[in-house]
Amino acid sequence: MSTIVQPVPRKVGRRIGRTALDWLPAVAVFAIGIGAWQGLVTAFHVQEFLLPKPTAIGDAFWTQKSALWSQGIYTFKEALGGYALGSGLGILVALLFAAWRPLAGAFMPYAVAANAIPIIAFAPIMNNWFGLLNPFSKMAIAAVLCFFPVMINTLRGLTSVHPSSIELMQSYAAGRLSLFRRVRIPNALPHMFTGLKVATVLSMIGAIVGEYFGGPIEALGVKILNDSSYGNFTDAWAGIVMASLLGIVFYAVVALAERLTTSWHPSARAFHTE
Amino acid sequence: MTAVSLKGISKQFHAGVTALEGIELDVEPGEFVSLIGPSGCGKSTLLRIIGDLTKPTAGTVQVNGKPAERARRDHDYGIVFQDAVLYDWRTVAKNISLPLELLHWNRGRRNARVKEMMDLVELTGFESHHPWQLSGGMQQRVSIARALSFSPTLLLMDEPFGALDEMTRERLNTELLRIWQETGSTVVFVTHSIPEAVFLSTRVVVMSARPGRVAGVVDVDLPQPRTSTTREEPRFFELVTRVREQLAAAGAPLGETQEPALVEDAS
Repeated sequence: MSTIVQPVPRKVGRRIGRTALDWLPAVAVFAIGIGAWQGLVTAFHVQEFLLPKPTAIGDAFWTQKSALWSQGIYTFKEALGGYALGSGLGILVALLFAAWRPLAGAFMPYAVAANAIPIIAFAPIMNNWFGLLNPFSKMAIAAVLCFFPVMINTLRGLTSVHPSSIELMQSYAAGRLSLFRRVRIPNALPHMFTGLKVATVLSMIGAIVGEYFGGPIEALGVKILNDSSYGNFTDAWAGIVMASLLGIVFYAVVALAERLTTSWHPSARAFHTE
Repeated sequence: MTAVSLKGISKQFHAGVTALEGIELDVEPGEFVSLIGPSGCGKSTLLRIIGDLTKPTAGTVQVNGKPAERARRDHDYGIVFQDAVLYDWRTVAKNISLPLELLHWNRGRRNARVKEMMDLVELTGFESHHPWQLSGGMQQRVSIARALSFSPTLLLMDEPFGALDEMTRERLNTELLRIWQETGSTVVFVTHSIPEAVFLSTRVVVMSARPGRVAGVVDVDLPQPRTSTTREEPRFFELVTRVREQLAAAGAPLGETQEPALVEDAS
């Protein structure tokens, strides 16, 4: 028989140009949004304590940038610690649940119940347990928030393996460990990353919420809270911008890690064939 | 030694459905045996019993003179499903070398064999592609290469070309026969298609509808090697007619044999 399809050559050069073009709509929406905000606040003389102008927030951000940076990094470290803890535990529990189903049956309801805890109510308790000034109190809150999405998504990936994939491994007389290593875990990676991406933002939220209930002055959440209570809303907004920027960067880093480790996934097919 | 020996095989599912009853069948080494029958006659179940992927309710299965489970542990058979069942996270080459990894072949030996297999199924140049970058026919060829990579003595194929278009199917049929002759393995092949069964096989086993029984056996004496002109020979049509008549006698509504069974014999 004849080979009818030739291997597809990969055009790496075009990829960069495409990516820039892909981002254009988002950048345009951002510019229009900020422009509209600025215009409307100016046109309707909106009071600064209600909604400051983007230019004023930008000014405040710029003048306080070094303080914001160090506060942001302080909070980000708490978030990162909680993220590592919560996600790590989430992946571990998912592996245990997938390996031993009765365990999932016994503990899954409690994992779901834990997810239903209103984190706002939980934050003061953590502060009380570990100490207001101890970063671990914020890490614990971030960890609780990160745990569930990572665990549930990873578990789904580990268990949603096509039956014939398992039968194929059986036909090779492959053991359980081999099945996990060669089939279940790779199959779970895209799902796990979905959870890990959601968790990045949650960990920042967890750390800041924890700081709202008390924390050291060098923390970003405490700064935002203080600025708000003293009526410095523009400064508070600058703090929020810093928190968001860190959240976005964190998300982007994990998304990049996903691209690098799951480039085989069909969802990445544009990267292979274009 | 008999490649496959089935004695008194019966299979009942939990719901009380009898899928197979009193199956007796011997397959000699080097044979190409097709199992054909109407949807739900249990032919896929029978194949899975031979491969020790499901246990019979009664009866014994011997593969190469050993119980089926022993044969599975000894890596005596390669299996090809209707879906190619390739792992997306592995390249074509790595999919083919999967069983070799499980057999602890070293890298050099694996790479050499993969190269051989790529040549055999004529996919050289696609080693580093991912499965979803290939057409359905190409994916199925990868699946066949993987099943053959560790030179199993027995190849079990469960409607491997059922999801492909007629032209691709005929081309792969010819290719499969070439591979079968080159490797000298024994093949048990499940299909819905009468012409496919006749074209490929040395023997066609006709099965009756539920409960599945062996309704008849047709020896295919078409000369080897078979080519596309084989399909135009009078003897080919005679044999197709004979299989069709046996299916009809076994109680299969004729229209049913070509229909793909989507959830046949879910166990």
